[in-house]
Amino acid sequence: MNSAKPGKYLQIPKIKKPRRISQEDLGKVLTPCNLNGIILKMLKKYFYIILFVLPFISCDKGGAGKALVIAGSTSVQPFVEGLEEAYSQKHKTVEINVQGGGSSAGIQSALCGTADIGMSSRHLSAEEEKELKIVPIAYDAVIVILNPRNKIENISLEDIRKIFSRKILNWKELGGEDKEINAITREDGSGTRGAFQELVMKEIPISNACMVQDSNGSVREIVKADPWSVAYISLGLVDKDVKAIKIDGILPDRAAVKEKKYNFMRPFLFVYTGELKKDAKDFVDFVLSDEGQEFMEKEGLIAVKHLM
Amino acid sequence: MNREKSIEKIFLLIACSALFSLGLITVFIFKEGMGIFLKIGFGKFIFSPEWAPGQKQFGLFSMIIGSMWVTIGALVIGVPLSLFVSIFLAEFCPKKIARILKPAIELLAGIPSVVYGFIGVVILAPLIREYLGGPGLSVLAGSMVLAIMILPTVISISLDAIQAVPKSYLEGSLALGATRWQSVYMVIIPAAKSGIIASVILGMGRAVGETMAVIMVSGNAVRIPYSVLEPVRTLTSNIALELGYATGMHREALFGTGMVLFVIIMILNVAAYIFTKRKVRR
Repeated sequence: MNSAKPGKYLQIPKIKKPRRISQEDLGKVLTPCNLNGIILKMLKKYFYIILFVLPFISCDKGGAGKALVIAGSTSVQPFVEGLEEAYSQKHKTVEINVQGGGSSAGIQSALCGTADIGMSSRHLSAEEEKELKIVPIAYDAVIVILNPRNKIENISLEDIRKIFSRKILNWKELGGEDKEINAITREDGSGTRGAFQELVMKEIPISNACMVQDSNGSVREIVKADPWSVAYISLGLVDKDVKAIKIDGILPDRAAVKEKKYNFMRPFLFVYTGELKKDAKDFVDFVLSDEGQEFMEKEGLIAVKHLM
Repeated sequence: MNREKSIEKIFLLIACSALFSLGLITVFIFKEGMGIFLKIGFGKFIFSPEWAPGQKQFGLFSMIIGSMWVTIGALVIGVPLSLFVSIFLAEFCPKKIARILKPAIELLAGIPSVVYGFIGVVILAPLIREYLGGPGLSVLAGSMVLAIMILPTVISISLDAIQAVPKSYLEGSLALGATRWQSVYMVIIPAAKSGIIASVILGMGRAVGETMAVIMVSGNAVRIPYSVLEPVRTLTSNIALELGYATGMHREALFGTGMVLFVIIMILNVAAYIFTKRKVRR
């Protein structure tokens, strides 16, 4: 490189040395009306330092191992977050950190201790069951939904399996209008899909030709808009914009689920190893208390006591 | 002088950090994604249409075709539109209108993709379902949303290319008695051709890489679409949909998907670079 040649920078004028502020200048500058300006300048100067350093400082406080970590199923997560909010209003000193990641991740992090409590929305395998303690906190059911414009009210279990394996392609075959069935499923690996596969479809695989949406919310949004769609979501998330259909004549409402007439249920579980810390135990007790269970019921789930 | 030099060095170092991160990303993606190629085999991974992670079947073919369909659709709708707009802006547009039009087009690039997706789901998909049939969430919906999203890229780059054509070309043509449209069509467009092609290729890169809006409007079914009204899954949506839960071989397969995507984007960008270079040489 020949950038060091003396001639190269000749055109650039000499840069003036920054002016040092003398004592008498300071007297001039530091009038009250200028003070704001100075503070602003300082703030600007240190803005980035503050921006980058502050998070680390605050991280240190939070990450000292005091906070309770609950991680796992994204289906359970919103309910536990709601519970946590209610809980921390009473217990201001306890910090609870609720994270997602999926049922498997929750079980895994409970096993290896990265989370105090893992959340799962599926049954555990025999091997996992051996090493973990399991506390069911509520029950959820998988509900097949249609658009309210669709006249069909009842589908047999056999036909639902045929719809999602794309053996039946037209509503005409089920006594509806001559329109193609737009079946919507969840992405591979989702807990809800796992539950649907395990409970409803059994050995028959869900067809790849079904449309895929990546959350309960967007599935519901699509069914709300498309009169010829069919999909499945959590009981807690069914609202009046979509229609839950009867399977083999059984309307999947909360009463049917509680009486165990409707069988496509899955548990929402807390899992942990060994003994719980006092804070964690307090929170679990709160979740299982009448207040916590009532909250779950209000959110659309089924309280534990109804199914024990 | 010493200080000059050290500052120069620091700036060089900072400038190289972009190169460094690109290198790092390349190495990482290839390291993580190579496993699946070795386990399944290159041909089967790319050319098998069976994608069922639960049953250990990993084939990207339907998604590669899906990405192609959606991208080509976006170009078919978006490129003519953007070409007309950029020609109009460069040659025919009164200054007053240009002062409103140009910022408006640039604003289009600033709208988050999830907003495009939302509009697509709420307005576009029902319209398609109502008037054309199919489930609405389809190749067509994806292409239309993407077409709007690539407009700013294609318009601004081809506008630059058209404006870079020397004024004397136009003046010469006009002096020979050609009308304005004839001059634009016969002289200016051919002269700016390489720049325009580069803009199309860059727009294509954006269309291939877009994820959020495409997930929302295109239905995401894993199968080769035979009409524009069928749902489709692209390479990008495949990664975004499934990464949350993927472990083991599934995760590797998703990194493999990223690798395929990376190679496609690289090819497109190199092509764009070659075309723009050609313009400069001339």
